[in-house]
Amino acid sequence: MNLSWRHALSVWRRNATMYRRTWRWNILPNFFEPVLYLVSLGVGLGAYITTMGGTSYIEFLAPGLVCVAAMNGASFEVTYNVYVRMNIEKAYDAMLTTPIQPVDVVAGELLWAMTRSCMYGLCFALVVAAAGLAPLPQALWVLAVIPLTGLLFSAIGLAFTLRIGTMELYSFYFTLFLTPLFLFSSVFFPLEERLSASWLWVAECLPLLHPVRLARAAFSGQPSTTLVWDVAYILGLSGALVAYATRLMQRKLTQ
Amino acid sequence: MIVHLSGVTKRFGERVAVDDLTLNVPAGVCFGLLGPNGAGKTTTLRMIYGVTLPTSGEVRVFGMDAARHVRAVRRRLGVTLQQNVLIETISPRANLTVFGRYHLMDGADLARRVEQLLDFLELRSHADVPVNKLSGGYQRRLAVALSLMNRPELLILDEPTTGLDPAVRLALWSRVRELRRGGTTVLLTTHYMDEAQRLCDVVAIMSAGDVIAQGAPEALIERYLARETVELDATPEEEHALLRGLEESPPRYRAGNRTMLYTDEAGPLLERIRKRPEFDDRAMVARPTNLEDVFLALTGTRLEDDP
Ligand SMILES: Nc1ncnc2c1ncn2[C@@H]1O[C@H](COP(=O)(O)OP(=O)(O)OP(=O)(O)O)[C@@H](O)[C@H]1O
Ligand SMILES: [Mg+2]
Repeated sequence: MNLSWRHALSVWRRNATMYRRTWRWNILPNFFEPVLYLVSLGVGLGAYITTMGGTSYIEFLAPGLVCVAAMNGASFEVTYNVYVRMNIEKAYDAMLTTPIQPVDVVAGELLWAMTRSCMYGLCFALVVAAAGLAPLPQALWVLAVIPLTGLLFSAIGLAFTLRIGTMELYSFYFTLFLTPLFLFSSVFFPLEERLSASWLWVAECLPLLHPVRLARAAFSGQPSTTLVWDVAYILGLSGALVAYATRLMQRKLTQ
Repeated sequence: MIVHLSGVTKRFGERVAVDDLTLNVPAGVCFGLLGPNGAGKTTTLRMIYGVTLPTSGEVRVFGMDAARHVRAVRRRLGVTLQQNVLIETISPRANLTVFGRYHLMDGADLARRVEQLLDFLELRSHADVPVNKLSGGYQRRLAVALSLMNRPELLILDEPTTGLDPAVRLALWSRVRELRRGGTTVLLTTHYMDEAQRLCDVVAIMSAGDVIAQGAPEALIERYLARETVELDATPEEEHALLRGLEESPPRYRAGNRTMLYTDEAGPLLERIRKRPEFDDRAMVARPTNLEDVFLALTGTRLEDDP
């Protein structure tokens, strides 16, 4: 089924219309979360940490938390919000009485989740920059990392949402998937340095690790060939999951 | 033919929802699809606007294969779903605007259409009230307005007036008639036989996934039942006693202890029954036979058949 971008955009606009009404209440808590981590851990805990490979702890923390902000922005959207639109508000059933097709719905929802992801990622990046933690101009590369992070976690979350039959399962998604990712994906400490060589592959499986590595490279201005693998991982996994989600959406909406 | 289904079957696992159905809806008519709960009406409509693929058979709409030319078909039709799908927290005006964008309408064209529909369905007084504060009648009218956004050539209404008060129903009927006069083909389902009789040029009665009778309401009545109906309270034994001695006992339908007798002339039958000693001043009326009688005669025994 071929995608129609204009129809996908109308799905995006629906969400944007609804979001405009509530963004003030929405954006604040989500936005403050990484800021709180940055202050508490960076400034507080950071005072006791002196061996961060030549940088201060707060400087180490900043790029990873940008990715976390982007991850959170996407995740809330493609979990609870998509679930409600699909199963409770039945918005997609209404869309499918118009020329909109399931593939357009998927594209529109992904675009919207990425939009929110970018809003959160960018806001947080601005805070980081204002705090003087983002060395310019090289840190501008993070502007490319934020949408990639958004794409990846939109795709993962959307596929999950299309698989589950009840909202209760989101507690698993958040507590047993996103939280461990948040804690172990080199945001707070370099995971690779804590793992023995035979276990390094485990780290490479963690989705958040790759955006974090990209963001850190952007901040430090030290590119390496690993980054090609990171981008390939993000694009490859996202592509596969988007294709999978499209199939699920098609089946769910047109039975 | 605007809609043409031939040999269409739809299965959900073991369950056959639509069973070798053939159906034709000519241009410019108001076509009513009737049938008991679970007869397959909604499933049939879903195949027509292409969200459900038939297990076998062919669905053509505007001459196109509905399964293959989904976008082209849906550009030209509008659907009011059985259950309203509205965005509850925003106003009718905002709902219409969002929905218009699904049809790629925008700018002045979109705004103009929204205002037209607010007037057409008499929503203007509540145009800016959040939908969840509106009564069921306003919500349903908004749902119908949404399906008219793209000026459809074919309007599909799945039980448009269920749960509406008489005034709102009448108002909606008049809108449907107006659309039909303007050349729109209307395909609707309903459980209200008076609605079908007054609104539809042609009705098809479905049962267990297939059409069992089709025609103009008056023609159906003529084909299946006598012109007049005598309706009275009587147990089967009492009925037997009341009708004893008639050369030919009339066709009848029973619902609990209510019995309907169909006859070409009610007068003589009424008189006969009144004269029986068993009559005993029980409630009895004579009235013209209507579509509901035909519907019950054709589909209504199913409930009692069920164990
Ligand atoms: N998605 C589905 N999965 C399984 N069975 C279904 C599905 N949709 C419909 N059915 C079954 O198909 C049959 C026809 O259903 P349908 O909704 O078309 O009936 P209907 O005539 O519209 O009934 P109603 O008057 O109650 O709206 C029913 O037995 C229903 O349970
Ligand atoms: Mg139905």
